[in-house]
Amino acid sequence: MNTVNAVALAPFIMLAASLINGIFGRGMAPAISGMIGSVATGLAFVLALVSFAGFQGEAVRVVLWDFLPNLPVAFAIDQLSLLMVLIITFVGLLINIYSIGYMKGDEGLPRYFSGLNLFIAAMLVLVLADSFLLLFVGWEGVGVCSYLLIGFWYRERLNASAARKAFIVNRIGDVGFLLAMFLTYRTFGTLEIATVVQAAPLMVYGSATLMAIGLLYMLAAAGKSAQLPLHVWLPDAMAGPTPVSALIHAATMVTAGVYLIARTAPLFAHTPEASAVVAWVGALTAIIAAFSALAQKDIKKILAYSTISQLGFMFVAVGTGAYWVAIFHVFTHAFFKALLFLASGSVIHALGGEQDIGRMGGLGRRMRVTGTTALIGTLAIAGVPFLSGFFSKDSIMLHTFTSDLLIDYGNYALFAILLITAVMTAFYMFRWYYRVFGGETRMAAADYGKVHESPPVMTVPLVILAVLSVVAGYLGMPEFIARSVIHDWLAAPTASGATFTHVSVATEWLLILASVLAAAIGLGLGWFLYVRSDGSQARRIGDSPVGAASRHGVGFDIAFNWAVVRSADAISGGLALLDREIVDRGMTGVVRRTTFVGRLVVLLQSGHVRLYALTMFAGVTLLALIVLLAGVLA
Amino acid sequence: MVPTEYYIVLSAALFVIGAAGVLTRRSAILMFLSIELMLNAGNVALAAFARQWSSAGMQTALSGQSAVFIVLAIAAAEVAIGLGILVAIFRHRASTEVDELSEVRY
Repeated sequence: MNTVNAVALAPFIMLAASLINGIFGRGMAPAISGMIGSVATGLAFVLALVSFAGFQGEAVRVVLWDFLPNLPVAFAIDQLSLLMVLIITFVGLLINIYSIGYMKGDEGLPRYFSGLNLFIAAMLVLVLADSFLLLFVGWEGVGVCSYLLIGFWYRERLNASAARKAFIVNRIGDVGFLLAMFLTYRTFGTLEIATVVQAAPLMVYGSATLMAIGLLYMLAAAGKSAQLPLHVWLPDAMAGPTPVSALIHAATMVTAGVYLIARTAPLFAHTPEASAVVAWVGALTAIIAAFSALAQKDIKKILAYSTISQLGFMFVAVGTGAYWVAIFHVFTHAFFKALLFLASGSVIHALGGEQDIGRMGGLGRRMRVTGTTALIGTLAIAGVPFLSGFFSKDSIMLHTFTSDLLIDYGNYALFAILLITAVMTAFYMFRWYYRVFGGETRMAAADYGKVHESPPVMTVPLVILAVLSVVAGYLGMPEFIARSVIHDWLAAPTASGATFTHVSVATEWLLILASVLAAAIGLGLGWFLYVRSDGSQARRIGDSPVGAASRHGVGFDIAFNWAVVRSADAISGGLALLDREIVDRGMTGVVRRTTFVGRLVVLLQSGHVRLYALTMFAGVTLLALIVLLAGVLA
Repeated sequence: MVPTEYYIVLSAALFVIGAAGVLTRRSAILMFLSIELMLNAGNVALAAFARQWSSAGMQTALSGQSAVFIVLAIAAAEVAIGLGILVAIFRHRASTEVDELSEVRY
């Protein structure tokens, strides 16, 4: 028997787990809800492993059932989708387990696990889909689950509007996805990804149609992966429970856009303009989001902006044509960002809901496991050598530097932007770590004394993720040191024809030195501002206009409020006026005239029976006369 | 045989008397009586035409006479209900003057 198909069952298991929790959840003991989720995700992970073990190197297509002519519901199992499934189910498993501890005692527990597992089901459909249409089903599915889980504590007005914001902003990207599908079908006559991807390189290089398709998919990806200017929903999405932020808004869903572009790699590699747009959007997102992260005060918002920034890195990677590098960064980022989110969840849990880093500090001594693992995550994302983030980020920088695809579109400028972003990344992550875990506490002594490490059900996932945050990078070492396992694994599905200029080993060392220096400068700056000089200088910068700009996310929300919300209000206000003054007034006029005539006629209703009788006789007589006269005249 | 025209004249005369009664009388009972008169004016005409057609040998002749019975039945029903209402009104206000019964109006 061919075991490679096993993974096709995984989405259905997750769906079943979600339904059981959703339908029967109220009647079950709270502990069982989480158990169902963890067992189902564990099973899905095992199935993914079985498929992985049985994988023969050839992409496999599993047709589930016929849907439309020539468009069955089918899964494509190849190296790329398998890797994504492994990431999703593994991180999903850890987060399911962690949630048992984190969400303990919440009255909406079955609803939570139902949403979480439905999300995993939809995400699996998304990555396994073999056609754009099925991919879109998963795409919308994860969007709905994201909405449901951001607004999980829906009784708070802010949470509900954050959920709506995420949904509406994503909708803009989804319009791009739909238009892209229409255009794809018109151009290629099919929505099957494999066919489209084979046919795309046969078209004229840089063809306008391909570019339009590419840009529309890029719009969709920008919505889902929170890229400029559609990134505004992600910081607000932190209103959801922290494990949700870790799974959906850091490790998996937001990487769907990167996955989509990597899936359609040949299409993008064939249109340098579209690729350039992707790369530049990514680079600008990376640096603006990193800047916005510098002065945030919320423990999770720093990580949210950091996620946007890292997604920007991934966009640059797919823009340069280094699709496997982007997926490599998805892979490493999934571990260290999930770790960082779960660590902050552990802190929030221990402090009873406190999220302001201004009221933390010194927690590393009270929460040894959380503090240590968070430090590993911080160093990994900052790009400290020998940790996973260093390898993937360095790979992105290298490929930006050497990309042939972007040679006319400023790849050195992109490289410079990424380098500056790397400095900022190291700085804001140091600030995040030190303000939460390091130094003296800024909490009340009594509260500080009560802080305890989280239960093992939460710390064990942290430890596992910390280990992976260290070792995951060794799968993608620079080629001149060791074979890049992940490159070889992803070579087939992301083969695109994009080429890279060969550079000498010395240059590669120089680039590595540059990114190590960037990390060192960032961390050093953080150390200087917060450890060496008691934070008063940092406060002064934070209070300056620059700090305010950072805290407000460079004003995108304000701009959108002016450009979209206010103008929509103005337009609808005008339409309301039109409705009131013309439509309503016209209707009222008709009603008034009818009433007037009615008032006149009603006077005949006098109540005098004999008057009625007289009227009747007069009428009948008149009719008889008419009939007679008509007879006479005829 | 008495010519049909005579009956029609009789019928018309009865009808006009009835109509005049309905319009001029104020007592509900007398109005009722006048309505009965009008109905029976109709009956006379029906019976007269039926007789004319049957003597002419037409098969449909009897339909006129059947119509008379239907009218009689309706008149009886009407009287039953009408008199009932009248009795109720009389009990309520010790009069059957219709001009006083003008509460039901706009």
